Amino acid sequence: MKLEDYELGGTHLRSSDFEKGKVLTTAWQPNLAYAWDNGVAIGRYLAELKEGRIVARVCHSCNRIMIPPRMFCELCFKPTDEWRYVKDTGTVNTFSVAHVNWDASRRGPKEPPLIPAVIEIDGASPGMGILHMLGGVSPNGITVGMRVEAVWKKPGERTGAITDILYFKPIRAAAAKSPRAAGKAKAGRKPAATRARSKR
Amino acid sequence: MVKRVAIVGIGTTGFRPVTPDVSFRELIFEAARKAYSDAGIEPSEIGGFVTAAEDFLEGYSIADEYCPDQIGAVLKPTQTIPGDFLHALATGYMMIMTGAFKTVAIEAHSKASNVKTIDDMMGFALDPVYNRPLRETPHAIAGLEMTRYMFETCTSSEQCAKVVVKNRGNAMRNPYAAFAAELTEKDVLGSEPVSLPLHRLDIAQHADGAVVAVLADDQTAQALGGTPIWIDGIGWCTDTPTLEMRDWGEAAYARIAAEMAYRMAGIANPRGLVDFAEICDEYSYKELQHMEALKFCNRGEAADMLESGATSLQGELPVNISGGALGVGHLFEASGAHKILELVEQLRGHAGARQIPDVNIGLAQVWRGVPTATGAVAILSNM
Ligand SMILES: [Zn+2]
Repeated sequence: MKLEDYELGGTHLRSSDFEKGKVLTTAWQPNLAYAWDNGVAIGRYLAELKEGRIVARVCHSCNRIMIPPRMFCELCFKPTDEWRYVKDTGTVNTFSVAHVNWDASRRGPKEPPLIPAVIEIDGASPGMGILHMLGGVSPNGITVGMRVEAVWKKPGERTGAITDILYFKPIRAAAAKSPRAAGKAKAGRKPAATRARSKR
Repeated sequence: MVKRVAIVGIGTTGFRPVTPDVSFRELIFEAARKAYSDAGIEPSEIGGFVTAAEDFLEGYSIADEYCPDQIGAVLKPTQTIPGDFLHALATGYMMIMTGAFKTVAIEAHSKASNVKTIDDMMGFALDPVYNRPLRETPHAIAGLEMTRYMFETCTSSEQCAKVVVKNRGNAMRNPYAAFAAELTEKDVLGSEPVSLPLHRLDIAQHADGAVVAVLADDQTAQALGGTPIWIDGIGWCTDTPTLEMRDWGEAAYARIAAEMAYRMAGIANPRGLVDFAEICDEYSYKELQHMEALKFCNRGEAADMLESGATSLQGELPVNISGGALGVGHLFEASGAHKILELVEQLRGHAGARQIPDVNIGLAQVWRGVPTATGAVAILSNM
């Protein structure tokens, strides 16, 4: 047999064939539901967020203060040793200015862009912190190394979720004193970036 | 050159119907930490890691990316097999036989309790164009197979019910088992019909748990000390997925996977040489169908063998002394992991109240559940 004889054929289609409903497809809406057990570490992390606090776990072997907290140290491979509260302030490690929503739909002309950021939390080991959103700031005003603080939901509205923090906003009071926020972005960028990976 | 591969350490959480106290990461860490301590090795010294997981079970896309932390595999060679633990074991075996890895850790777990729509998820595995629109329950696939198996082998529902009674009774002696129970055939046949001839108690219930095993080449195994349990044979096989065409009476996937494993282990007469077996009984009839596929008896003789007591703890070829999936729990991709755990405990002589005396060769066999026709077999020995 010639190689062409193995081709199974089919009919060449035009877009008009689809528009006229000549092409049959099968659709299905899956019914998939999950309820993940948070466990010891993330369970307490969320319970503390509900109280307006951020808690980390400490490993006494490598002395890392880990957030999000975990009951085992993935590097020392042993149980972590103690809980420790950390601050709700931190430093922007990296950020992105998103003009599309999570489902890839484009944000409207009047909707400001979303600004996800990784924030190294004060009191945790360098390079560790929270992936959250920045708010109360113009996209043009953000720099790596910028100092930020959490803006919390009102106590009665918190549910024990990462969204109990609404977003992180620049620390204005500190801005006047900080050389980084006063336009010296490069000075701020370098330490944050090198610190982030130094432990590896 | 590597001549043999051994299991040098194994760890587990045991198996429970629900595990709301721990996350899947915390569950797996416990099994991994116990396995590495059992082997006398730290994960930093392990060459590679293979896990078995399936995205729809985890509820994550690309679930393999979430495996490193809890098995100590951060920044190490790691991969995930979308199959059973035995497929991961086969991969680890081959990695070591290449000579490129001295040690490999294998992981599988079940957090089935976190999947709130298990039947929908199983139904989602059916062909969406010409099977799923009929909206049949996935258990009907097993019902169809059970009917044909019983027809071809003259096996009765009562005989299938005896598998449930035996295995859930065996689980009474297994502290890891989630569904130990003293039942009678009447209980099984009187339980609610699901997709006849299947009743509710013919079907294994899901459980949570994790198992991690450490593999090593022969030299490393001897250096580590302990009691290495050798992988003498391993095989795996998949039949056509087409429901309209597959062999409904015989588990051909299990027969061919077993032939591959027997060839490798040099076993010509399984009934004479295999001392005990942990085989798939996720539906009662499956144990009988698989016994025939594994050549423990001729076709149509499995129920007689069961009724003779040959597969009981005191019998000549004990089958599912752990309690099997019916007694321990259906563990999805960790099904083979539980069977390997039982083989290692028995071959080390650590099986406590359910220890089978004088065992040297054990066989583990899995099936990936409906609607698959995929199976794998591993043969382990302590010599
Ligand atoms: Zn540590």
